[in-house]
Amino acid sequence: MPIQEKDVVWIEEPELSFWEQTFLPAVAGGLKVAMKHTIDQHSVTQQFPEEKPDLPLNYRGVHRLNRDEQGRVRCVACMMCATACPAHCISIVAEDASKDWPDRDKRPQSFVLDELRCIFCGMCEEACPCDAIELTSIYDLTGQSRAQMTFDKDKLLSIYDQTKDNPRDPIRTHRGRLGCASELEQQPLSASASKPPDAPRAKKS
Amino acid sequence: MNSMNFSPLLAEGSSDAVENLLHWLCGLVGIPVQVGVPLILILATLGTILGACSYAIWLERKLSAWIQDRKGPNRVGWAGLLQPIADGAKFLLKEDIIPAHVDKVLFVIAPTISVFTTMLALAVVPLGPTTLGEGFNFIIAPKIDIGIVFLFSVTSLAVYGIILGGWSSNNKYSALGGLRSSAQVVSYEIPLGMSVIGIALMAGSLNLETVIDAQAQGGLFGWNIWYQPLAAGIFFLAALAESNRLPFDLPECEQELIGGYHTEYSALKFGMFFLGEYTHVFTVSFLCSVLFLGGWHFPFIAEPASVGLLATVLKIGVLLSKVFCVIVLIILLRWCLPRFRFDQLMGLCWKTLIPLSLANMVCVMIVREFELSWFWLPVSSLLLFCTAGYLGFRPAAPRARPVTHAEQLIASHH
Repeated sequence: MPIQEKDVVWIEEPELSFWEQTFLPAVAGGLKVAMKHTIDQHSVTQQFPEEKPDLPLNYRGVHRLNRDEQGRVRCVACMMCATACPAHCISIVAEDASKDWPDRDKRPQSFVLDELRCIFCGMCEEACPCDAIELTSIYDLTGQSRAQMTFDKDKLLSIYDQTKDNPRDPIRTHRGRLGCASELEQQPLSASASKPPDAPRAKKS
Repeated sequence: MNSMNFSPLLAEGSSDAVENLLHWLCGLVGIPVQVGVPLILILATLGTILGACSYAIWLERKLSAWIQDRKGPNRVGWAGLLQPIADGAKFLLKEDIIPAHVDKVLFVIAPTISVFTTMLALAVVPLGPTTLGEGFNFIIAPKIDIGIVFLFSVTSLAVYGIILGGWSSNNKYSALGGLRSSAQVVSYEIPLGMSVIGIALMAGSLNLETVIDAQAQGGLFGWNIWYQPLAAGIFFLAALAESNRLPFDLPECEQELIGGYHTEYSALKFGMFFLGEYTHVFTVSFLCSVLFLGGWHFPFIAEPASVGLLATVLKIGVLLSKVFCVIVLIILLRWCLPRFRFDQLMGLCWKTLIPLSLANMVCVMIVREFELSWFWLPVSSLLLFCTAGYLGFRPAAPRARPVTHAEQLIASHH
């Protein structure tokens, strides 16, 4: 619907008075504000190494691979995170797990995440069907070589051990079991793919 | 060291304690007084100005941080006080790149011109108490009758450093910065000189010591700023433009020209441009204090009649405090005013400052010629300012479109 003429409000710049046209009040006002901030010595700076920043609770830092209640890696090597990753920084090699671990078919033989390529978007965490990969609040990650910054499965599990007791990094599932992807017997064996909701598209006028 | 030689320094009522000390130092080294005293003054001035420049940069960073609710440099030394030394060491140790496509001779000469000319200007600037009589003058080259002319001719040479730096860099941003600078400095020379002619007329001399003396004899209300407020304002603005400080730093405006004339410069050569700019700020602040704020004079604290070592120290302190205040004002202005557009910059100079300073000069001439009361000087300044404001005042253009229904509604609400 085009905008009606009566809804349009024309706004013009305010007319400057004689005194305002000399710019002196504006300069004096600017100096006054500057002086006020100089004198009150309020500072918003956080002195980083001494003062730690308050991060938001959904901060996305270094990844970890969660363990289940038996201490095993939760990951079922479904490749969802590697597929979702826009930076292609996750590479997983799967192996058959059904002999040792009866509750799942696969587990990762190797799980390598390149922290230097990662853009910390959190898509892997979103994609993971069994809450295995999560992002922690660790933000000051450093390393001395590219190899050091390529995290393998043991490193990612050790980050879990390191952060699991931090109240800022809760394990985000409390079901004490693997996600729905592993619960094959409770799922229907097959089902038709659900359709996207049939929302009417806005027609081009 | 023979302590007997110090006795003149401690003599009560001696007005020339410092002079005696300097003569004693010359005798100690064994050089004639005529050479030794200026040499010591030059060394002391250069050392002080170089140190003060680096701490002016510290002050600028601190003040800007406080204005923006930050903390500023605070890692190197207590409250970051060693930061200037660290910065200087950084400038010395960084790789000094001379790009392959530059004119090497001019490229190397340009920053030295920038520093050299601003330093040279300090030769005639009073740095402490001065007298017209026999006493010792805290000025490298005392009793120069063309002091003001020398000063402006030398400081305007500083633009050669910028132009040559921009031109020899063989880079379009540098060249643009140099061109802007030449236009800006050439334009602002005129109001700068014009505003000072009034002061010279009032003091009857171009000698800076005489200018201070004329103000000091009049007491607090002898300061030129009371008689020439308009000239003081014009001088301050034009001097800001001369020293390429915000809001007039178009030669190096980062958003448009990367670094302007010093885009291609690095390490110590960049540091020299930086040093030249801050020395210029110091010269400007000294000039403002000397020409308009009474120099070393302050009622009850530093009077012309007071003599002795304490009075000398107090006079130096008063002058330096005034200079400090002007520097703080310049820094504060930098951090609260946006940069002018180039046509606004030129318009301000050619359409406002030059006519105003010309008219102001004519007013001073009339007052001097017909020996009117100096009371008319501030009145004429005010009148000129209001006239300029009135002439510049333009009512908004009449509206071209009809008043809409919505506007009628809004208008009926008010």
